[in-house]
Amino acid sequence: MYPKDVKYTETHEWARPEEKLVAVGITSYASEQLSDIVYVELPTEGEEATKGSPFGTLESVKAVSDVYSPVSGKIEEVNHRLQDEPELLNKDPYGEGWIIKISPTKKEDLEDLMDAAAYEKFVEEQEEVEE
Amino acid sequence: MGELLLTPLHEEHIKLKARMIPFDGFDMPVQYTSIIQEHFAVREKVGLFDVSHMGEIELHGNDALSFTDYIVANSVMQMKDGEIKYSPMCYPHGGQVDDIFIYKMKDNFVLLVVNASPNYSAKDFDWISQNKGNFDVDILNRSPTYGEVAVQGPEAEKLMEPLVKGDTSLKELKRFKFMRGELFGKRILISRTGYTGEDGCEVYSEAKDIVDIWNGILADGKKFGIKPIGLGARDTTRFEVCYWLYGNDIDETINPLETGQEWTVKFDKGKFIGKEALLKVKEKGISRKLVGLYVPTGGIPRNKMEVRKEGRKIGYITSGNYCPSLRKAYAMAMLDLLYTEKGSKVSVVIRNREVEAEVVDMPFVKPVNKR
Repeated sequence: MYPKDVKYTETHEWARPEEKLVAVGITSYASEQLSDIVYVELPTEGEEATKGSPFGTLESVKAVSDVYSPVSGKIEEVNHRLQDEPELLNKDPYGEGWIIKISPTKKEDLEDLMDAAAYEKFVEEQEEVEE
Repeated sequence: MGELLLTPLHEEHIKLKARMIPFDGFDMPVQYTSIIQEHFAVREKVGLFDVSHMGEIELHGNDALSFTDYIVANSVMQMKDGEIKYSPMCYPHGGQVDDIFIYKMKDNFVLLVVNASPNYSAKDFDWISQNKGNFDVDILNRSPTYGEVAVQGPEAEKLMEPLVKGDTSLKELKRFKFMRGELFGKRILISRTGYTGEDGCEVYSEAKDIVDIWNGILADGKKFGIKPIGLGARDTTRFEVCYWLYGNDIDETINPLETGQEWTVKFDKGKFIGKEALLKVKEKGISRKLVGLYVPTGGIPRNKMEVRKEGRKIGYITSGNYCPSLRKAYAMAMLDLLYTEKGSKVSVVIRNREVEAEVVDMPFVKPVNKR
């Protein structure tokens, strides 16, 4: 159920290698949990992202949530469309709802992220903890 | 926090896979599918809300009316059977115990519909009981025995009118009026009221009957595109039209002259709790006021966030949200009177950052409910 061409973090971001850059967004699980995202606080191009540190904030009608970078590097591209159309994060979290693209300092950053199967298991375990 | 209370519709919410949250001591649905979708179902079609958490306090006896008049700020002595009034219920210092709806059943029977928190409206019930004095009145907290649903939206009348059997047709029932009747063979009280700014009605029944009523309305409402609506969209709909939410926009520290509720405070009637304090406030003038704020960028303003002018605190957000109908963020804020003029520029502190905001008229969206 989770796309296989991306890697996953425990904070529910995905990272997809694209030639020299790594595209970053939130997973469909995070998007469903937040539901109705209505405001997005984005970084600016040229800022440094640090693996495991927040680079942006999402707000839904009821909640506020930080987004953490899956890799370290320079933020090369920012999806400014999200400012006017934050609903893209709900409608198409792995596609049009991408948030930033980073040129990573170390390719190895991607290696310790989860693959789709591991992430699915991780989400299931989290759900059980909640119940 | 103790055990959460359940409304008689709790199982229905679980069956509908609602996301549940604690609210006013109850385990309540916040959303079934999406707050925004539910919001637009109410604005464009029709929505069904479980509001069984609301409290019902019955006043019986020869002094039911005069006692009500004594405990609320609005005047109720002239009310006719079948009429409803909104009123603050104040403490002697002018702050509010609650804001409530008064249903005049008969001269010796008044129904008060009050907020739920905590524990089946125990705060309201205790306060009312403490002030009984020599009034000839029996005060009964009947909250657990009532079920209540709200049907709200432009299609609400079309949906409900053929289903409700009463003395008059629902079409003839004006806003802030109620009647007794029958719905799916169950005895009900139905009022032309609501908390969304849309036309609609609220239906009260015995708790055991509300499940059939809920499912009956959902089934018959299908052709009108009905959706069950959670607390999330209950909040966005009420917020757009700036209906006060007790606990946020109103509380024991806020008097009705500060909020725009002054039309409900009848100084020309007899004695009522809070009158002297409110008269003093009126003579001296208020020092702060509830206003609307437009917050164009920088995040969603939320309850308790600080409002500043030139770095100095001048008030706080009471309610803030994204208005789905306007696709913009607004807030209601309690500000020092000095800064409450329309067009006044202030800032809201969101995530340690000052974000610009402007005082604007309330409501943000005009209510379209039936007059």
